[in-house]
Amino acid sequence: MRRSLEASGTQLVTVALGRVRTGGEPDDILGHLDTARYRLLPNTSGTRSAREAVLAAELAREALETNWLKLEIHPDPKYLMPDPVETLEATELLVKRGFIVLPYVHADPVLCKRLEEAGAAAVMPLGSPIGSALGLESRAFLEIIIAQSRVPVVVDAGLGAPSHAAAALEMGADAVLVNTAIAAAGNPVAMAEAFRLGVEAGRTAREAGLGGRASAGAPARASATSPLTSFLGGGAP
Amino acid sequence: MTFTDVWRRHDFGAVSRRIASKTPADVRRALGRPRGSVDLEDLAALLSPAASAYLEDMAQASHQYTLERFGPTMRLYAPLYLSNVCANVCTYCGFSAHNRIRRKVLTDAETLAEARVLRGHGFDSVLLVTGEAGRVGRDYLAGSLRLLRPHFSGLWIEVQPLPEEDYGALAAEGMSAVMVYQETYEPAAYARHHLSGPKADMAWRLETPDRVGRAGVKKVGLGALFGLSDWRTDAWFTGLHLRHVETVHWRTRTSISFPRLRPHEGEEIPVTPFSERDLVQAACAFRLLSPETELSLSTRESEAFRNRAFRLGFTSMSAGSRTNPGGYASAPESLEQFAIDDNRSPAAVAAFLRSQGYEPVWKDWDSTYDGFAERGGARRAAAQALAL
Repeated sequence: MRRSLEASGTQLVTVALGRVRTGGEPDDILGHLDTARYRLLPNTSGTRSAREAVLAAELAREALETNWLKLEIHPDPKYLMPDPVETLEATELLVKRGFIVLPYVHADPVLCKRLEEAGAAAVMPLGSPIGSALGLESRAFLEIIIAQSRVPVVVDAGLGAPSHAAAALEMGADAVLVNTAIAAAGNPVAMAEAFRLGVEAGRTAREAGLGGRASAGAPARASATSPLTSFLGGGAP
Repeated sequence: MTFTDVWRRHDFGAVSRRIASKTPADVRRALGRPRGSVDLEDLAALLSPAASAYLEDMAQASHQYTLERFGPTMRLYAPLYLSNVCANVCTYCGFSAHNRIRRKVLTDAETLAEARVLRGHGFDSVLLVTGEAGRVGRDYLAGSLRLLRPHFSGLWIEVQPLPEEDYGALAAEGMSAVMVYQETYEPAAYARHHLSGPKADMAWRLETPDRVGRAGVKKVGLGALFGLSDWRTDAWFTGLHLRHVETVHWRTRTSISFPRLRPHEGEEIPVTPFSERDLVQAACAFRLLSPETELSLSTRESEAFRNRAFRLGFTSMSAGSRTNPGGYASAPESLEQFAIDDNRSPAAVAAFLRSQGYEPVWKDWDSTYDGFAERGGARRAAAQALAL
């Protein structure tokens, strides 16, 4: 794990608090994390309601001495789908308690705006079901979220290949969160490196200014009709 | 964060230079974007001199996007001038405090007489317009809204910037939109044209759409008065303002207007160039920037121009406008704010639209939804439909 983290170039590592031993005894996970190098992002994985999430968050703050929190509430044990109602309520409560809240949610543009208004520090919409490796199945909604968000957008869940990460960054996402694709790879360290390159390629392409793409409704399709501006005199060569 | 913070980050002169430096390749890139993906750099390209050669492509795309979103429809509305009393001295406006014209604030009876004429023409949406005066404040406007609410389902205002709580109070009386045009986003030009009165406070005006959005008003209208400064740059800042409203006040609908300086009472002033061709370029650029925003085409423009330009992205038009208080019911007198240039009746405008395959839309909201009992039309219709 330590070498995979290094190869990925990440700055942020999320840990499920439910799996961390908080009683003072040495811990298998935290023992491998250089906390001077990576910011810890405890998560509320396993909670099913806003109330449980707030309790988990307070425990995490005490144990790991950080206000940062990845909020994930999934009452559904089969697909681990985030509960939007509980997540919004928990975000409101946690922001008031001084947490830096990064909620994991469906790629729902209205929910993301509501979370932003509630004080979320970022939003983490899913690309596809967690662990599915399907990539950016929610693309059309992610594009809307990115276009209108005033907080960073981190695409979380479902990224199966470095090309998915590159596509997310090209689209304008600020970051991606990856676990299964690296952890379950034949060579996790090499896969972590590949994801780093994917993120760098996507971000560089975005900053370089991607060329336009043809799409439905683009002018090329519409220009079969008669001229619309011939009544305007002069100006055009 | 209010729009003033956003606006301060962009120097007007630097933006002008950036627009001027855009190349045909920048314009082609902007035109190639998928719908809804045009950003503010693309907007700068679409407003640039380089885009002039691509005006036909812009018009085709604008026409297509508008058809896809709104269908072949055109909302019709009329301004209803309630007062021309004004404490401001502005170089371009007939109501300017120094102009020696007869001043008038409509009484309730006169307002209702205007309403009767406008209803008779078929209008269901009216834009209430006033100058800025102490006695034409929140209480007068609230009274006018209560008076007009039984007669119109769309009640919009274009008055002085108000505090947030006033917008909330007026929305509770049935007001559904606020038009507040910045006139110009260039500080020097703003100071040059707003010589005295409350309107000289540029920041208060810049933040008005924020207050409108926070108060939960359904729609806010933005625009610059073209002719006061460089139109391309003022249009870009209007786009910046639109993006701000779209992201911060995301529940609020938006509309953009393209007022041009018109002849008016008072001294002649220097006017920066803004041609009909430029107006079309600005409107098409806004449609490409925002496929959802409403674009309004004024009766300030000529019949010949409106008959050709209406299909290039516009979604609403005023018709048969009078810009003086009492102008519909009593004999038109020389109290007007500016001269209009399309003198057709509303019926003639509607007939023209129909002849072009467009549906004139008089009503697109029912105040029953707002809980006002005065208009039972939709509620009765719904009850009947449910009984069937």
